[in-house]
Amino acid sequence: MNARTRRLAAVSLVAVTATAVLAGCGGADGGSDAEGGVLKLWTHNAGNAAEYDVVEKVVNDFNASQTTYKVEIEAFPQGSYNDAVVASSSSKKLPCILDVDGPNVPNWAWGGYLAPLELAGGEVPVEDQLPSTVGKYQDKVYAFGFYDVALTMFARKSVLDEHGIRVPTWDKPWTRAEFASALADLKAGGKFEHPLEMGTGGSGEWWPYAYSPQLQSFGGDLVDRSSYKTAEGALNGPEALDWAKWFRSLVTDGHMAQKSGSSPNDDFLNGKSAIEWDGSWDAAKNVEKLGEDLLILPPVDFGKGPKIGGASWQWAMSANCAKPEGARAFLEFTRKTKYFTEFAKATGTIPATDAAAAQIPGYEPGGRYESLVQSARDFAVVRPVTPAYPYIASVFEKTAKDVVAGADPKSALDEAVKQIDANLKLNDFYAD
Amino acid sequence: MATRSPQSAARLSPVLRRLPVYALRALLALFFAFPVVFMLVSSLKPDQQIFGDLGSPRAFLPVGSLSLENYTAVFDRVPAVRFLLNSLGVSVITIVLGILVNSLAAFALSRMRWPGRKVLLTVIIATLIVPFETFALPMVWWVNKLPWLELNGFSLTLTEGWLDTYRVQILPFVANAFSIFLFHQYFQSIPKELDEAALIDGAGWFGIYRRIVMPLSGPAIATAAILTFLPAWNSYLWPLMVVQDEELRPVMVGIQYFFQLNVSWGQIMAYSSMITVPVLALFLAFQRSFINSIASSGVKG
Amino acid sequence: MASPAVLLLLVFFVIPVVLAFGLAFTSARLVSPTPPRFVGLRNFAMLAEDPVFLRSVLNTFAFAAVVVPVQAGLALGLALLVNGRFRGTNFFRTVYFIPVVTSMVVVSIVWTFLYQKDGLLNRIIDAVTFGLVQGPDWLNDPSTSLAAIIFMSVWQGAGFHMIIWLAGLQTIPADLYEAASIDGVSRWTRFRFVTWPGLRATRTFVLITITISAFSLFTQVNVMTQGGPLDSTTTLVYQAVRSGYQQQQTAYASAISLVFFVLVLIVSLVQRYLTREKD
Repeated sequence: MNARTRRLAAVSLVAVTATAVLAGCGGADGGSDAEGGVLKLWTHNAGNAAEYDVVEKVVNDFNASQTTYKVEIEAFPQGSYNDAVVASSSSKKLPCILDVDGPNVPNWAWGGYLAPLELAGGEVPVEDQLPSTVGKYQDKVYAFGFYDVALTMFARKSVLDEHGIRVPTWDKPWTRAEFASALADLKAGGKFEHPLEMGTGGSGEWWPYAYSPQLQSFGGDLVDRSSYKTAEGALNGPEALDWAKWFRSLVTDGHMAQKSGSSPNDDFLNGKSAIEWDGSWDAAKNVEKLGEDLLILPPVDFGKGPKIGGASWQWAMSANCAKPEGARAFLEFTRKTKYFTEFAKATGTIPATDAAAAQIPGYEPGGRYESLVQSARDFAVVRPVTPAYPYIASVFEKTAKDVVAGADPKSALDEAVKQIDANLKLNDFYAD
Repeated sequence: MATRSPQSAARLSPVLRRLPVYALRALLALFFAFPVVFMLVSSLKPDQQIFGDLGSPRAFLPVGSLSLENYTAVFDRVPAVRFLLNSLGVSVITIVLGILVNSLAAFALSRMRWPGRKVLLTVIIATLIVPFETFALPMVWWVNKLPWLELNGFSLTLTEGWLDTYRVQILPFVANAFSIFLFHQYFQSIPKELDEAALIDGAGWFGIYRRIVMPLSGPAIATAAILTFLPAWNSYLWPLMVVQDEELRPVMVGIQYFFQLNVSWGQIMAYSSMITVPVLALFLAFQRSFINSIASSGVKG
Repeated sequence: MASPAVLLLLVFFVIPVVLAFGLAFTSARLVSPTPPRFVGLRNFAMLAEDPVFLRSVLNTFAFAAVVVPVQAGLALGLALLVNGRFRGTNFFRTVYFIPVVTSMVVVSIVWTFLYQKDGLLNRIIDAVTFGLVQGPDWLNDPSTSLAAIIFMSVWQGAGFHMIIWLAGLQTIPADLYEAASIDGVSRWTRFRFVTWPGLRATRTFVLITITISAFSLFTQVNVMTQGGPLDSTTTLVYQAVRSGYQQQQTAYASAISLVFFVLVLIVSLVQRYLTREKD
């Protein structure tokens, strides 16, 4: 590049930039919540076209159905959605309608972000929904979801047969002993360095979502749910200790990687693992790749019955909404079986009502994924319904990671209880 | 090989002597380039294959089933062009304003004598210590209180709150302690006698800044530009919290679009490749000015 | 002439930071129905008893103690290697700079792949030693995890400081080198008596910038280890972010930030004192 072309390049760069910025400035004005009948809606699925398209369709239908209000969508990437909401709430800039991850509902309701909902007017009665898809706090409904997801175990039928392992059924899931011997047989078979894949390379909400149900199946829990005032006994009792020792033994016995790879599902599909503990969101992809050989298995019964985590993304109304009647009208409008069906179809998730399930290929009675609906109905435990949940979740994540990395289970769990109890006390047990 | 005239040895030796240095340079190049190679190569592969190839040199080779599918998927998923233009605009304006503001400050701190300048320099350097993450939240609250004059037709109106604008992505990052410090250190190396001569000739301080110091500061300007560009281009947490309008978002926020329930690593690599190339190009353009600056300062290279 | 910069720093740095530090003495939470109360030194008392916090202080200092000299040295080596005129100058400079411009998140992910138990790094170790040495599970072994992050961080940041060294090398007048070459002195002598003294101002700059960026170690940890295993890679900034965002303990996070600030300020002042310019 000689001096003249360089200068030319620099000038055109500045010109392009200025144009872009000016164009953007024009578009940035207006559209505030205060004027006309505009309602903003925030959703967590920027980049997730399947779900976003349904949101867009629902919004377009609503906008076309009446002339008083106009809903406008703003989509955020999921990984940073919570940060965006929290930052905006500090400056009272929350939109009228927003979605919220189920376990966060109590925290946001307590913090004054969300307004309680009256859902009697919609086409679909609230009672028809899977309980895990209704976000409640202190006997009030604050949010509802169109779908839930379920944890499940994926395996290849051919692999289980080859190792002489019984295929568990929903009536007769694997017991703890059976599961242990299945893993031992798979390991002994020599084909799998780590026969079990539980996604231990993940982080954040995945940890309490994926592993606290196993703790619950052992008989422990994240916190004592009778009072929500202590974790003592629940998270460090003999059952919890038993769980922690089992969790660590998976690593010491070589059945599971201390930290799995970045894409557990691809590793499973590539034949690196025999059994994968994963979410129903991968079911369709796995069926597509493995066909009839794919098994969708119920979770293991570690003593207190099989458990999975309940509650996924739900919709809510903000407390600072200037046009609550508009937000209510919109939320009511969305409660049609049609939309429950479309959300579940588009995202490969479990529809929140039976009526919707009946219309989705695979989820109808006798369908390929019916068992997932059963799981969501029979095994789902919502995460502790307390504003302290985000704190408890973070402590649990760290503790479980420490345990799996070889920390002394007893002292790790005791430390977790100490921290959770201190936090509860410091915040006056999250009283209003 | 055994016998060689001294003459030819002398002719060969510079080449031979340079060979190990080149080998070292090449080895280091491999060492520093491999993640980008991985990124580019993986961006052409389907997800399952990326993980199948891990752990063997295949991970760094364009083998297997290759396609541009990940790139087309990127454009379906993210308004990539809009994001690129936003980032480019925000970065370039931050650089231009930053060079001006920071070099002026450094000039005052290093060449003019006034009480308190040493303390001020120390304080400015101390501001570098606080990582942005630790005060981002109070900052959001604060910029939302800031006023702004808006031109409506022919009348100026006072508005409150900077959320959802370009300026909130630019102005907080214009004054930059790194750049001030860099310019300060650089200006120290320019002989002060030049100032005195100019003062005698009747030039003011601003004249000295504009006609003497800045023209000699090519390398510092180029370095400051790079210094400002990188964080501006990579900014992520801040725009996420203060920009809700998708039209105004920068490139790094876009990478989060790919971390959904089903993470698509191939697309992440494709998008990363797309947003890395402009930075490399800009670096290439600016680092040339190090060399040019030698020529312009009249010293033979 | 300094006023625009000072004004901007005041508005966009000093005020928000003072706000943030002020929160350290309150009960502020990220999400809360009640306004924050003044609680005196309670958060600092809690810090003193927090084993993870103490471990973070230790790790942060250990990280900085290694990264500062190693990265500065490597960067200077690179700068000398690509200084001056030879075929491919631009090519090599650009290639060495690549890790700096690649998104830290992506770089961290790629290194996580490399560091896996059956990852490429261990394959190489295996091949080079003919199977005699078995590489560890780098990021999952508390005894190697911090070292792994250090190595990767040095690699990532070296190109950046190479540029600053290069800028510094350009400020050394060429006639000094000419004089040296007439005298026919060795490369080392030339470096020792021409280059090194000429880099005085740059040295201070590089030292301070690396120190500060080393102390703010966060992204790599957040992506690669989340502070684990067993707190072996937790750092002050990581803990501040974890407490402040994930755990919603704004006040506690502010207390960590304030302590962090004071610690780094002390280190920087010591460095300033040691590298002060004698007028």
